[in-house]
Parts: sequence; structure tokens; C-alpha cells
Amino acid sequence: MDGNRKKIALVGKPNSGKSSLFNQLTGLNQKIGNFPGITVDKRTGITLLANREQAEIIDLPGIYSLYPRTLDEKIVAEIFADQKGEHFPDCVALVADATNLKNCMLLLTQLMDLKLPVVLVLNMMDLAAKSGQSIDIQGLSASLDLPVVMINARKGEGIQELKKVLSGSVVPSRKSVFQIGDEIKPLVRKIKEKFTLTTDYEAYHFLQQTESLHFLSREDRDYIEREAKAVNFFPHKYQGAETIMRYGFIQDLLNKVILKTSDPEWNKFSYRIDKVLTHKVWGYLIFFSVLFLIFQSIFAWAQVPMDFIDSSFAKLSNFLDQSFPDGPLFDLITQGIIPGIGGILIFIPQIAILFACISILEESGYMARVVFLMDKIMRKFGLNGKSVVPLISGLACAIPAIMATRTIENWKERLITIFVTPFMSCSARLPVFTILVALIIPENKLFGFFNYQGLVLMSLYLLGFIAAILSALVMKFLLKTKEKSYLIMEMPTYRRPKWANVGYTVVEKTKAFVFEAGKIILAISVILWVLASYGPGDKMQQAEEVVRFQSSQRQISEQELEAQISSTRLEHSYAGIMGKTLEPVIRPLGYDWKIGIALVTSFAAREVFVSTIATIYSLGSTDDEQTIKGRLKSEINPETGGPRYTRAVGFSLLVFYTLAMQCMSTLAIVKRETKGWTWPLIQLGYMTVLAYLSAFAIFQIMS
Amino acid sequence: MDLKRNVAGMKPGETGVISGFSDDTLSAKLLEMGFLPGTAVRFNFSAPFGDPVCVSVSGYDLSLRLEEASTIVILS
Ligand SMILES: Nc1nc2c(ncn2[C@@H]2O[C@H](COP(=O)(O)OP(=O)(O)OP(=O)(O)O)[C@@H](O)[C@H]2O)c(=O)[nH]1
Ligand SMILES: [Mg+2]
Repeated sequence: MDGNRKKIALVGKPNSGKSSLFNQLTGLNQKIGNFPGITVDKRTGITLLANREQAEIIDLPGIYSLYPRTLDEKIVAEIFADQKGEHFPDCVALVADATNLKNCMLLLTQLMDLKLPVVLVLNMMDLAAKSGQSIDIQGLSASLDLPVVMINARKGEGIQELKKVLSGSVVPSRKSVFQIGDEIKPLVRKIKEKFTLTTDYEAYHFLQQTESLHFLSREDRDYIEREAKAVNFFPHKYQGAETIMRYGFIQDLLNKVILKTSDPEWNKFSYRIDKVLTHKVWGYLIFFSVLFLIFQSIFAWAQVPMDFIDSSFAKLSNFLDQSFPDGPLFDLITQGIIPGIGGILIFIPQIAILFACISILEESGYMARVVFLMDKIMRKFGLNGKSVVPLISGLACAIPAIMATRTIENWKERLITIFVTPFMSCSARLPVFTILVALIIPENKLFGFFNYQGLVLMSLYLLGFIAAILSALVMKFLLKTKEKSYLIMEMPTYRRPKWANVGYTVVEKTKAFVFEAGKIILAISVILWVLASYGPGDKMQQAEEVVRFQSSQRQISEQELEAQISSTRLEHSYAGIMGKTLEPVIRPLGYDWKIGIALVTSFAAREVFVSTIATIYSLGSTDDEQTIKGRLKSEINPETGGPRYTRAVGFSLLVFYTLAMQCMSTLAIVKRETKGWTWPLIQLGYMTVLAYLSAFAIFQIMS
Repeated sequence: MDLKRNVAGMKPGETGVISGFSDDTLSAKLLEMGFLPGTAVRFNFSAPFGDPVCVSVSGYDLSLRLEEASTIVILS
């Protein structure tokens, strides 16, 4: 069934609007942003063409030519190198930025030489019109012998027309642009015959990029390399000559079809903004103010909806507790699952604000300026200007952030970026931070404006960032590479963010976070509840009887007795035993066995911490206080008689959660991106040790 | 004295015409991005520490490091 669906690939240079078009065609919400290199992996979707025929649309990372340099570009180049592969498209839509056709056409002429059926899609026609440029579409189409369609992918104009063209039969252009030199033609022909290829240019690419032809056997690749050597074929020299020849053709063509070249004045506006945003002083000042604003808004604006969600869940839990009969199943619901879900839903406002801010930074074109501003500084730490993007989006989640490193050409810089990105405080840390900060820091304001809690939260983010760059610095000296590093990047013009795109990103990401985290939290909550309610043999029963016996000797109230019994039962449950085993190791950090249980459960996903303590403390107390914060506040340290969560313990925990890895999904993605277990394991070990030692130091100093 | 000038030595606002490259591996990428011999290149501005720089070529803006800019030889 899948086999006879037409496959249509969207290709073009970075930031030309491929993903916007993809979303228009498929109705999906692929991420969009005004930054070259938002899409770093292929994604497919289904569209209905004009004749009600279904077609598969493939969105790809942006490329300038079929000679890739970065990982995301390689994904595209490999699809076109293997014409017998499963992803090879039946038809290509080349999405070009109409405001600047010249460097979009290089790839187009290469695809023409591969004799692929191509439709030239001129996107951003609205901007082209604004710049005062008009294009002779008929002339363009006739000269290239290709269908040409004009669209505005942002608004969805011209999509029907494009569908009509795509549903007809698109045939390859008869025009060929690049003439392969006579001295290598015999070899090209030989390769074409040996591997039964369709075009000379395909064979030429076998010569150019032998190493990346993973679908060929080792012997075949060796064969090609030997033959290339025999005729003195130097890939780079030939590439340069090819590019010059292609641009010669393109320039002639554009001179004919572009009736009025765009007026250089029209993006003066961008320059004026750049003057300020990349200024020696203002540039950095503005960048740090933007970051500061993000943190303040996370803490200040989100407070009201968060308090509302928190108290609603406490009420719900309370209500269910009173209206259900007692019993293990109901206890699981009221004490395990409901606090567990509440524990993550409460963070929706903060996470949404965070995603919205990052999305606005990308949509406006500012992110590219941040790369520009930070490159020199980042290089001092073994990173690349482009590392800023993973580091900033790591504030939301490390997983897409680590994938975003694919745009970094240099292996060492990319590896260091991957290694340090998990130190950036992601949204899953927020629940932990918020609860603990609210617990140990008063709600006062400094100068009546800066929220103390916000400042502490910000310094935690800063701590994560400092850990990241210092670790990068260490790795810079440990890793050796001779590979050169580049930063050749197109600067997108500033644009007003499309609010719908920001909105989609927020909804999509928040939904993904809630469901992904929700699944894990639900599963771990249930397991935890079982572990905390049952113990080996009749240990729990025995312990309870001991307490009853001892208390019968003394005068204590019914309520106190209840509390003692439930806490003793927890202590002798499986979960309690787990925590107790860990206690000697974590005691120097100021933690008891209950916190130990939370450390164990949050090993795979840090956000589980909150739901775990919610469950543990609701099992261990008979308090009427139903909010999580309230329960933590009333927890007593039996050794000191004071509160369990002192400032020292709180800061120790905060530092631990800032620096520890505690995310299985990140480890899995690092394994995939570095192709092996070596790096994720080193990373796990390093972060855990660093977290432990720092938490230890903080606790010892503060207490 | 016939010192060849390159893009790294340009001043903000200055324009020049590209005459060649001094690094073979890098030139393939630069050519693809539109740095063609004979085309004009304009130096827009540089980042706060002088590196990287922003230039206009073939109708659009690019950022590149000084090291890369210094491989682009110009006539001016
Ligand atoms: N004005 C205008 N803006 C557009 C149009 N099409 C796309 N954009 C904007 O251009 C930017 C880039 O769009 P994307 O769809 O992310 O581009 P892409 O080609 O997928 O980019 P990469 O994935 O980075 O290669 C976004 O800010 C879009 O909103 C258009 O027709 N007109
Ligand atoms: Mg994209």
C-alpha cells in the first residue's frame, strides 16, 4: 500500500520555508523558525493532491548543494546519492527563497543534472514583492524546462496550484547544466556502467563522495577510490570548478528573468536593528536582559495559574479521599496517582512560557545574532557560536537541543556541545526547583521589585550554565582534533514572529512534555505506591505492633499514634528498605532515607521527584494539609526536632538536581548521536560525581 | 609592495571584488555560498570582539569568522 504512494521531497537552502510548506500540505505541526537549521532530521506526512490521490511529503533539513558538510546536510545528500534506497523520492519540490534566488538555484541545477523530476517552488513571494523585484515566471520555467509555482508558505497562498502541478506527471528537465570534464569522462562512464546508474552526474557523485556511500560494499568503495586516484581526481578542486560553471549558468539566467533586481534599501531596517543588537555594549546587555526577563516571567507570571492548579488538585484529592471507602485501590488513586498527575500539571504554565520565549527568539531572527555575538567567546571554551542554540533550547529540553547540534560542522565542537548541554536546566528540573525554592526562600522582594525566589531560581540556571562552560573548557584540552572549524552562516532578516507558529510550538511541546512525563510519572507512581505499601514477609506488621506496644506504655494521642504507625510501616516497606540502604551514602549530603527513595525513583527521569515525595509524605502522615509544599514544610527531622527541609538540605538538593544527569531519554539520544555507549556513560558518571561532590560541599558549608 | 588584500582586512562599509581564494578546502564551500570570483563583497560590520564578521555577497548577508574571511582575496 505504502509502496505506490508518490513520494515528494521538499528540499532547498536552510530557512527557505520548507517546513512551513510541509505544514501547509500535511496539516502537521513541524517546528518552524527564522533561523537556518531548525529542521535537522527528515519527517514525513501525507497530503491529498488535486486528484484526491494521496502522496507522501518528506520534509528535510536545508542544504545549499549536494556536497554536505554537516550531519543534517548529510542526511539529505545520502537520500539523493542512493537512488535505489527506500527514501529516494519520486518527485522533488525545490523550495526557493524568491527574495534571493541566486544561491537557491545551485542545488536546483544539480538536481536537474541528476535528471530528477523537479518543481521549482518560489516561496516568500510576499517579501519578493515588497523588495520591488519581479520575476518573469514564464521565462524562468521555459529556460529551465521545469514547472514553476509561486507560493506564500506562511499564509498558505498558492498551495492549491502547487498541488495541481504535483498531481500531474512531472518530468525531468531536458536541460543539463554541468559538463563533466573530458579527462574524467571515461571513468565516469565506467562507474555508471558498473553500478547501473541512470546519469553521468550520479556516477560523478560516486567519485566525489565515495566515503559516504554507505550502501556500497567496502570493496566497491575501494575500487572507486583506486580508480579516482589513477586519473588524479581531486574532489575539492573539481567541486570548485563545478560550482563556478553552475553559477555562470545561473547568473545568465537570472539576468534574463529578474526584471528589476531587488532594491538594496529594502532591508536597511535589518541593518539598523543589527547596529544595536550586535553592539559591543548594548548587544550583550540586551542579550542578558532578554534571558533575565525570561526567568522573571517564568517565576512571576506563572505563579497564579500554578497556585490554582495546586490547590485544585489538593481539593480533588481531599474530596476523593473522603468520598471513597478506604481500601488499597482507592488509596492508590487518591494518594499515588492524583498527586502524581497534579505534580506535573502544575508546571504547565511555566513550561509554556519557557517554550514561548525560546520560540519567539527563533522566530524573530534574533537567535542568529546571538550566535554571531557569542562565537568568539564560545570558541574560548571549545564550543562554537552555533552551540548557543542547543544551550538555549536545552533550557526547555535536552533532547531536541542535542539534535540541534547536528548543524555544527566540527566533530570536537559538536561532541563538547552534546556533552555539556544536559547541564542546562531543562523544564523537567523546574518542578523540583520550584517546590524546593518555595520551601526554603521567603516570598519577599528585593527593592520591592526583584522576587527573591526568582533570583535564586536564576542563580540555579546560572550554576548549570557555569558547569556547562567549565566542563567544556576541560574537554577542550582533553580532546584532540585536527579538523578545522567553520562558522559560515546566513544571517536571516528580522521578521515579526508568526504568532500561530509560536502558539503551535508551545501547545505541541507542552503536550509532549505532559504526556511523556505523565506516562513515566504514572508508571513510577504506581510502582512506588506498591513498593511503599508492601514489605517483605510480615516485617511491616511486626513493626506496627512494636509501635503499638511501645506507645501503649506512654501517653500519646490517637493522631500521633496513627502518624507513627504509618511512618513506621513506610520505613519497613520495600521502598523504605531501598531508601535505608542508600542512606549511608547520602547522609553526608543531608538527606534521609525518604529523600533517598526519591533519588532512586528520579534516576531515570528527574521530574518524578515531586510526585515521589508527594506519595511518600502522604503515606507517612495523617496531616490534613494537602498541598505538597505544605506537607514538606511540616516534615520533622527526628534527630534535630526541627524541620526536615532546612536551608542547607534544600540547597544541597537543588545543587544535586542542577548537576545530575537523571534523564534516561537524554542518555538514549546521546548514544544515538555519538554512535555508541562510550560518551553517554562518561557523561552519566561525570555528572553524577560532580552533583554528589557539589551537593556535599554545599551542605557541609551551610550546616 | 604587492600585498594581496583579503576580506578580513576590510573596513565596515567597504566594498571589494573577489579575485580568488587562498585555501583550497574552504574555497569549495565559499563558492557554493556565492563568493564567486568577480562578484562584489561588502563588509557590513563585525561582532564586538572583531570576530566573526558580517558581509553581504550575491545579495544576502553571511556571517563568517576572520580566519575564513582572510582566505577570500579581493581587489579594491
Ligand atoms: N514572509 C514570509 N515568511 C515566510 C514564508 N515562508 C516561510 N516564512 C518564514 O521563514 C522562516 C523559515 O521557515 P521554515 O519553514 O522554518 O524554513 P525551513 O526551510 O524549514 O528552514 P530549516 O528547517 O531551518 O532549513 C519562518 O520564520 C517562516 O515563518 C513566506 O512565504 N513569506
Ligand atoms: Mg525546516
